[in-house]
Amino acid sequence: MELTLKEVQHVAVLARLRLTPEEEKQFTEQLGRILQYMEKLGQLDTSQVEPFDHAATSANAFRDDIVSNTPNPAAILANAPAKEQTFFRVPKIIE
Amino acid sequence: MSLYSLTLHDASEKLRKREISSQELIEAVFQRISDTDDDIRAYLTLCRDAALAQAKQADRRLQQESTSSPLLGIPIAVKDNFLIQGVRTTCASKILGDFIAPYDGSTVARLRSAGAVIIGKTNLDEFAMGSSAENSAFFSTRNPWNFDRVPGGSSGGSAAAVAADQCVAALGTDTGGSIRQPAAFCGIVGLKPTYGRVSRYGIIAFASSMDQVGPMTKDVRDCALLLEAISGHDQADATSVNRPVPKYSESLTGDIKSLRLGIPKEYFTTGLQPAVEQSIGAAIGQLEKSGAIIQEISLPHTEYAVAVYYIVATAEASSNLARYDGMRFGHRAAGKDLTETYMLSREEGFGPEVKRRIMLGTYALSAGYYDAYYLKAQRVRALIRRDFDEAFKHCDAIITPTSPTTAFKIGEKIQNPLEMYLSDICTISINLAGVPALSLPCGFDAGGLPIGMQIIGKHFDESTILRAAYAYEQQTHWHKKKPRLNQP
Amino acid sequence: MKYESVIGLEVHAQLLTQSKIFCGCSTQFGQAPNYNTCAVCIGFPGVLPVLNKKVVEFAIRAGLATHCEITRSSRLARKNYFYPDLPKGYQISQYELPICANGYVDIDLDGTSKRVRLTRIHMEEDAGKNIHDGHGDSSLVDFNRAGVPLLEIVSEPDMRNPAEAGIYLRTLRAILQYLDICDGNMEQGSFRCDANISIRPQGTDALGTKVEIKNLNSFKAIEKALEYETARQMDTLSEGGKLIQETRLWDENKEQTRAMRSKESAHDYRYFPDPDLLPVVIDEKWIDEIHTSLPELPGTRRSRFLSQYALPLYDAELLTSRRDIADYFETAVTIYPNAKAISNWIMGELFRILKERKLDQQLYIKTWPVRAEYLAELVQLIDQDKISGKIAKMVFDALVDAERSPQTIVKEKGLEQVSDVARIETSIDQILAAYPKQIADYRGGNEKIFGFLVGQVMKSMQGKANPQKVNEILKAKLSCTIST
Repeated sequence: MELTLKEVQHVAVLARLRLTPEEEKQFTEQLGRILQYMEKLGQLDTSQVEPFDHAATSANAFRDDIVSNTPNPAAILANAPAKEQTFFRVPKIIE
Repeated sequence: MSLYSLTLHDASEKLRKREISSQELIEAVFQRISDTDDDIRAYLTLCRDAALAQAKQADRRLQQESTSSPLLGIPIAVKDNFLIQGVRTTCASKILGDFIAPYDGSTVARLRSAGAVIIGKTNLDEFAMGSSAENSAFFSTRNPWNFDRVPGGSSGGSAAAVAADQCVAALGTDTGGSIRQPAAFCGIVGLKPTYGRVSRYGIIAFASSMDQVGPMTKDVRDCALLLEAISGHDQADATSVNRPVPKYSESLTGDIKSLRLGIPKEYFTTGLQPAVEQSIGAAIGQLEKSGAIIQEISLPHTEYAVAVYYIVATAEASSNLARYDGMRFGHRAAGKDLTETYMLSREEGFGPEVKRRIMLGTYALSAGYYDAYYLKAQRVRALIRRDFDEAFKHCDAIITPTSPTTAFKIGEKIQNPLEMYLSDICTISINLAGVPALSLPCGFDAGGLPIGMQIIGKHFDESTILRAAYAYEQQTHWHKKKPRLNQP
Repeated sequence: MKYESVIGLEVHAQLLTQSKIFCGCSTQFGQAPNYNTCAVCIGFPGVLPVLNKKVVEFAIRAGLATHCEITRSSRLARKNYFYPDLPKGYQISQYELPICANGYVDIDLDGTSKRVRLTRIHMEEDAGKNIHDGHGDSSLVDFNRAGVPLLEIVSEPDMRNPAEAGIYLRTLRAILQYLDICDGNMEQGSFRCDANISIRPQGTDALGTKVEIKNLNSFKAIEKALEYETARQMDTLSEGGKLIQETRLWDENKEQTRAMRSKESAHDYRYFPDPDLLPVVIDEKWIDEIHTSLPELPGTRRSRFLSQYALPLYDAELLTSRRDIADYFETAVTIYPNAKAISNWIMGELFRILKERKLDQQLYIKTWPVRAEYLAELVQLIDQDKISGKIAKMVFDALVDAERSPQTIVKEKGLEQVSDVARIETSIDQILAAYPKQIADYRGGNEKIFGFLVGQVMKSMQGKANPQKVNEILKAKLSCTIST
């Protein structure tokens, strides 16, 4: 399966990465080669194999429904690139 | 012997006997850093003031407490993907901007309560993605054994700092070999624990199903002590396991009689540097001489590991790194609207390797490709885990090289991502399967570069691999060699 | 051509937990912006989610109450997309293995029952809140709501008109309220709904082009939007136009739907199992425990009200539409078993006050303006002839917010009904003396005058006279006079 420039552009939008035309070209070539390498997985018949489910072998790690945090909005906003009162300020959202 | 070159257990003993103070030790280490780090460039951030304050406190505790933790007063470096409250955290990326961590990660908190002194944060490949530390957005770290060589990655800064005596011990993270490969390249001991053994809360996620925190130390005893201190269940990490932490240091008996060691033939077939093959062969011979039973085993799906890894890891990473969007923290570019702000912030903030992996992972999860890539990879991953389960029916631990080669030249592979990925061949299956593995020095190549041997264990059987490693270390002198740092 | 609409609904129900789904932040509504946040729900680097067990329990409750299969090993999954109110760049939700699947809700359409099938119920985290207007080139984001637990309840496209959709939603909301897992408050957004609607020629089976409508903030909005959208789609088709699959927003002010301006780039959410969270494994024992703790649900309760209290269907339906009201009713009836009278008081006087005070919008009334035991006592006083109906209304008003029982009020205010014949006779005699002309008229055959005279007697006794006695004695006296 050949990776196309158009696919690279589409994936870049999904990933919210602006790529320069050179990067698009480079990624098309590099990722194409990597994906080609990955095609070796196709050699294996895995029709009878259940996919790897989870790295941990247990289940059900829960927390109890208890409020345990001490609110500290100032600390939460300390790293914000832009804020207004105790809101995060972001470029205008258009719905 | 200079204070900075002490091992953790030696330093701890001296501290307890009050032969030295923590403040002296910390001062010596900072002096060492200032003498050598212009060449090595292991550190991104030093926490001098905080460290000295912690050392003072440690000295007080050392005077008061009789049974104290072995880490009390010991200078430890952590990779810059650990969050320490109030300390700049970069993950070697520009996208974090001047991010100041608003909380302590769980491992950092454990270190603190054990009395360890955190002296600084070490360089890494951006977001722990890489095998050479060259992908740092700030600078490349050099291998203390040869400044033209990479220290390995992604925990290259931690490995170099330990090797160059710029700290007593360090912590790294390992997603596909990021502790073990740099440990091998720098001639130190590095251990990736079983998935779930150490909390991941407060380390910056790369691939959540494989990331693990682990010790990087000057010898095996240090490794056992540090592992013991950081292991254990954490409520804040659902994947951390609630089972008792063994006294790892007590497994260091030196006795490996009848220990069954498997040698997987798949790890010895292609592309091994002759010196590596020789050293590992000799090490296996040494282990056998010490009473271990050596037997050939098979991990038949090894050849698929790189492909599986670079699908699963990048898929998870593409999602884990979505939060770096310039909205709540980190770098925000000036875009003309919301979408452009996202696109530009991430374009400017991420380096080429991170972008490449985000692209790859996004692709592998995207509509129409999920089954062919992500799901297929997870099926093969199940086979790889099964390989280990099968193998461990016949042996107690597995011996392989940590890396097919010794440290390569800075710049040698950076232009060829696939070749770089393939250099992880010996380490990544371990992360895919979730089992623990350790790398320890087992020789040098003709150029004087260290060679690492990998010992892989069963799930939660760190004790056995530490025991085997310690027995080997007792019979050899590799770990005592120090790099010459006044290189031309 | 005659068209019918095909409607499926996606409900987002906020769960009544104390803390958020993946962290220990409070879920309390109405706090200052970003007050209820922490590193985890802001999505800072290095944080990890840990699932709130109560959310799982609530999901199982909802699943059992809607006849779903409970998935024995279910998974949390990441839904990846970028939006400023979504801290991590993904929402933790469920995808391939939702916790509940294949259930149904029976709804009542004027006495006939219709089954609306549920595709699935899954757990997920809510996003934050964006404020778009009034801040120039910026929007503001508040993450207090981010990480509040939600159940997404997805129906099959089983509804055929907006009214059915409304009934389904009310039924579903009542169930969730009964289960004590959601307060159902649409204004505060704790019960939200997106609608999928298409139209097709009546009598055909194929599905038309589906449009998703968002921003539906009230039952009225939902029904209006669905009506508008049905009409819009029919107009488009009859004018020879083509419908496109799209998401449209309901504009409350213009009462129109409009296409969303931001086209989320080709909806590719790249779902995959969240590696940070373990599988949720639910065994029989857990399900049984929850099953036995389920309350009686609205449908069952309505039937019981019909048989046990012999109430008319209208009363039973209204009383059981909300668990709090049904509970109130039953508390009162247990104290004094005149069901119909109590029902009347609830549906009349009590509802009037609930409406005045907008308590009916609270949708989960914890403090009642009039205590149920007082209402029971009030009805009892009437039945015992201790007060008249008219006085009872006065007493009821005095009971609002009162800490005194009806008996106390009646005593304090001297409102006890006078049944004493002598006292009534005295009063009647005075009235008869005062209105000779009216008495003459009555005698002349104008029977309406009788009511007037009763009124005057009641008035002279401040309404406290036993009306039955007044009637009897007055009638007797009037006929007496005739015979003399």
